[in-house]
Amino acid sequence: MAKIKIKDMPIGARVCSPGSSEAILTGDWRSYTPVVDKEKCINCLNCWMFCPDNSVIIKEGRLEGFKMSHCKGCGICAQICPKKAITMTEA
Amino acid sequence: MAKKKLEDIAINGDGAVAYAWKQIDPDVCAAYPITPQTIIVEDFSKFVANGEVKTEYVCVESEHSALTLCAASCSAGARTFTATASQGLAYMWEMLPITSSMRVPLVMAVANRAVSGPININNDHGDAMAARDTGWIQMFADNVQSSYDNAIMAPRIAEHPDVQLPIITNLDGFILTHAVERMTPVDTDDVKKFVGEFEPVCPLLDYKHPTSHGMLDGPDFYYAHKHQQVEAMDKALEVAEQVFKEFKKLTGREYHLVDEYRCEDAEYIAIILGSSYGTMQETVDRMRDAGIKVGAAMPHIYRPWPEKEIARIIKGKKAVAIFDKHVSLGAYGPLYPEVVAAATDLEEMPKMYNFIYGIGGADTSVSILKGAMESVIKGSADKINYVGMKL
Repeated sequence: MAKIKIKDMPIGARVCSPGSSEAILTGDWRSYTPVVDKEKCINCLNCWMFCPDNSVIIKEGRLEGFKMSHCKGCGICAQICPKKAITMTEA
Repeated sequence: MAKKKLEDIAINGDGAVAYAWKQIDPDVCAAYPITPQTIIVEDFSKFVANGEVKTEYVCVESEHSALTLCAASCSAGARTFTATASQGLAYMWEMLPITSSMRVPLVMAVANRAVSGPININNDHGDAMAARDTGWIQMFADNVQSSYDNAIMAPRIAEHPDVQLPIITNLDGFILTHAVERMTPVDTDDVKKFVGEFEPVCPLLDYKHPTSHGMLDGPDFYYAHKHQQVEAMDKALEVAEQVFKEFKKLTGREYHLVDEYRCEDAEYIAIILGSSYGTMQETVDRMRDAGIKVGAAMPHIYRPWPEKEIARIIKGKKAVAIFDKHVSLGAYGPLYPEVVAAATDLEEMPKMYNFIYGIGGADTSVSILKGAMESVIKGSADKINYVGMKL
């Protein structure tokens, strides 16, 4: 971490430049990893809607996979999937 | 000096605070009624209903919601006021350190009342003292006039760019909130000019410069942000002194970080907070008439703690009596150890005695205070004394 001086820090723990979460890779918090079985997936995109970290990758209206840089492995996608097409693995 | 001098009015402390707020005309007010603060928000909501102010008044379901809403609206960039007392302040507690750490300069009047239990609605300083360590600036008033004056000065201190901290203006429940006193108001144009426009720092509603408030900190940043609050508190002392000076220019009324009464040539000093400072002044006069050199002092700003002024006042005195309208159960009154700590800078420490008084609204008369001071002079006082207890 670069040396930051207290006097240069914004007061009140404010983040004064938008989009800073791109630089904070929360994916390394993960202990469970989502894996999709594309045979079962009906591309309803519920997983994409409910993912709190915008980590479900969609291409042309179809579930492509997961963005591991920010997926914390919360498992909401697996819970919400109506076809049980997503499983949380310990990988 | 003010251009227009207004005639004196008869008003109670709560009414005086609401009157000052009306003159300031804040952007947002959210509060929940609780005795003995109710008259403030009751009066103020009437001003809103009558269109006398442009303030958006938000009815909330609790004090916790009130302070949450106020912190958010102040973060958004609105000058925001609220008021509470006792249980209400206790219910706000979770939000108190959050508000100060978010560095939002909102203003809150607290009508000091004992904290339950046993259930009690009368005056003591238990509520303010429980909020002591939450990062809010705290001012105390000794009469209706200074309750009104504090309400006008508070936003100037809180909103200063070097401070940016929330502020509590304390006034003693019932003794000041409900008792009608003579008061000299300041002309509304002068109040508006004195307080000025609110200039928020990085407000949320500045959508051209998007910001996030209320973020998570790891240990390193948390410690550093707390240290920023420490520095802001130090600044608040300088700023308060400056604001007091400007206020004196406008009104002729003089306040200091620690208000003093006949301290200069005194041999014994009483340090006391709130409305009892007036009772102590009368006590001082009577004892002076009998040839005993006593003086009284009141920290007008209690947080940040004006320790240098305290040390200067008690320097070279024979003894100091520290009066507390609250007791940290199992220790001392809250003022006592802080006065003792301030005295450690002195070459010679005066004798220091702690007097607990007025708990749960117990009467504080001249004879009780005089008796306490006499025991100090005689040397018969204990380290901690409980005075005015009838049973």
